Amino acid sequence: MLPALALLLTCQLAGELLTRSIGLPIPGPVAGLALMLALFALRPQLVATLRPTATVILANLSLLFVPAGVGVISNLDILSDDWPAILPILAISTILSMLAAVGTFLAVRDLTGARDP
Amino acid sequence: MTEIPALWSYLAAAPLTWLTVTLLAYLAAATLSQALHHTPLANPVLLAVIAIAALLTLTGTEYGTYFEGAQFIHFLLGPATIALAVPLIDNARTIRRVAAPILLALLAGSVVAVISTILLAKAFGLSGSVLLSLAPKSTTAPVALGVAEAVGGIPSLTAVLVILTGIIGAITVTPMMNALRIRDWRARGFAVGVAAHGIGTARAFQVNETAGAYAGVGMALNALLTSLLVPLIVAWLV
Repeated sequence: MLPALALLLTCQLAGELLTRSIGLPIPGPVAGLALMLALFALRPQLVATLRPTATVILANLSLLFVPAGVGVISNLDILSDDWPAILPILAISTILSMLAAVGTFLAVRDLTGARDP
Repeated sequence: MTEIPALWSYLAAAPLTWLTVTLLAYLAAATLSQALHHTPLANPVLLAVIAIAALLTLTGTEYGTYFEGAQFIHFLLGPATIALAVPLIDNARTIRRVAAPILLALLAGSVVAVISTILLAKAFGLSGSVLLSLAPKSTTAPVALGVAEAVGGIPSLTAVLVILTGIIGAITVTPMMNALRIRDWRARGFAVGVAAHGIGTARAFQVNETAGAYAGVGMALNALLTSLLVPLIVAWLV
């Protein structure tokens, strides 16, 4: 577990340093994710080191959203004003995004012949 | 014996209290959600947030005081983003086999999610930080919060919008795909992973194992793509 935590935190720190030093507009942890994938390509045995800890964290991912979600109480004024707009925006855009993704997937699948196995 | 008000003033200010409350509220919410057979509306995050927000309002506790305790959980969002590397590598062979459908569907779903959100928000008369908080709503929360912060949105508002998006996707995906008579589980799962991140992925796993695996891939790939796309599209459209 400690080597896995060290690996996660080192990649996150390196990602933060990288995005800040060259002014990338992406979050540091996303750069850290890309670095982690690059490390996996160089040293495939690291996947086994990280797997148990990563599995525990990802299985409880929902818990990690709670503190930020509770921040809604600081935004109640915004939400109560814009509520009638926000809900339809979220619903329409989510459905459009799913339709675009599923339509493209099926069209390209048929074009490239990557049928269901 | 210590007076109850004195005890309360200790409890209300102690980070330990709010860290414990967060964990207990989530466990209770997860148990309730399980008892309701994971109905998308009984989402554990939504239930826990409502319970804690109600408690803070009732006790007159500031969000800042609460967050001093809850930050220890919040901090793990960063390592969790990097942990996504494991499912991505695990599914690397699958991704390579259907690389063309996956990559183009990812691009279409992600671009449509961001552009339609911004255009709809403008059409509904939203602007400024609220509009910018909406833009990354289809990607997984740790990434969405970082993106919102980077483009000038309000991360705590984005967190709520991301959770709502996930719930909307989880509720609508199965009836919609059935109505369209789409039977390819890979396509169905991938679409909900791109549009509705982890909550959509959890829903896909309940319906079909293959759909769940592809949803996980969609979520992880969209975490990378959205963080690149949102700043570009915001610079173009806003």
